[in-house]
Amino acid sequence: MSDLAERITKLRHPSEDRAVRRFARRAFTEGTAEVAFGSLPSPIGDLTALVTRRGLLALAFDTDDLDEAMMSVTRKVSPAIVRLPSAVGSVRSWLDAYFGGRPVPPLRLDRSLITPFQDRVLAATAGIPLGEVRTYGQVAALAGNPKAARATGRALGANPIPIVLPCHRVVAADGALHGYAGGLDRKRLLLDHERETMPRR
Amino acid sequence: MNLPPFQTLVDEHSRPLHRFLCGMVGRDAADDCLQETLLAGLRSYGRLRDTRNLRGWLFTIAHRKGIDYLRKRSKEQPFASVPDQPSEPEDVRDAELWRRVARLPEKQRAAVTLRYLGDLAYADVATVMAISEPAARQNVRAGLASLRKDYR
Repeated sequence: MSDLAERITKLRHPSEDRAVRRFARRAFTEGTAEVAFGSLPSPIGDLTALVTRRGLLALAFDTDDLDEAMMSVTRKVSPAIVRLPSAVGSVRSWLDAYFGGRPVPPLRLDRSLITPFQDRVLAATAGIPLGEVRTYGQVAALAGNPKAARATGRALGANPIPIVLPCHRVVAADGALHGYAGGLDRKRLLLDHERETMPRR
Repeated sequence: MNLPPFQTLVDEHSRPLHRFLCGMVGRDAADDCLQETLLAGLRSYGRLRDTRNLRGWLFTIAHRKGIDYLRKRSKEQPFASVPDQPSEPEDVRDAELWRRVARLPEKQRAAVTLRYLGDLAYADVATVMAISEPAARQNVRAGLASLRKDYR
């Protein structure tokens, strides 16, 4: 490459960040982008929220979990996904209240990634009082199929909106934590947190 | 069909696209053209059939947006053919070169900026400009020669 050509490749240029941010805001506002995402700090590590105009679609823990959530949203909802931190403000408020031990504000959910059976299972977990746990068998019974403990476990494991839909309140019959997409440490932290804050709510 | 999330493309290509547009239409218009490019790309993203060259596809849109902008501007202000360029006082030499690139004839400017600011292979420069690969090389050579003529 000639000196001149090399100088052109090394020209300094103004940042493109502002244009990219404006694009994302416009795309999500006018509906060209169907999904927006943003990262949210929390006491159990950074979380990434994916939202549509209908509500919260998915909440992901770390890199692996996030890649999986992105792939599933791309395949099942839309690849028209943009980064737009301002779109996840309501999720931030919800998480701040939850981790602060305060009553949580209402939060709209988009159930596009949730199957009908999974919806019944997750609704059952939402009925478990704060600070308490149930077994997979009990939740299967609440969801209308007492024999489906295994299917219930799978449905909970594939919960696209953990924490908000509290699949962490479900444990094995012997009291063991059993499993969690975000890892057992996080499940334990969430349950400890709920036991500590429960009496004051 | 396996399309990546659109944000992946934004992360990967926004910078070279913006550099290319800065050379093509100037700094102020580059922001608008980049927005328009990404919006147009996103609008047709779900219907995209050939996903092998997403970078080339985005540059084709950006090139069209740049040309549209230049046509519109020359109609509105026939004498303002040289776009505004970034002119940070700390980098006078850079500012001077940006200005010279901006004064190149349109085809040479497109070829030089696609190649060296957009970092495209000659095959992609040719596809984006809808010309042959030898013609793309010729335009880059001619552009560099024009730049060199009054530039040391």
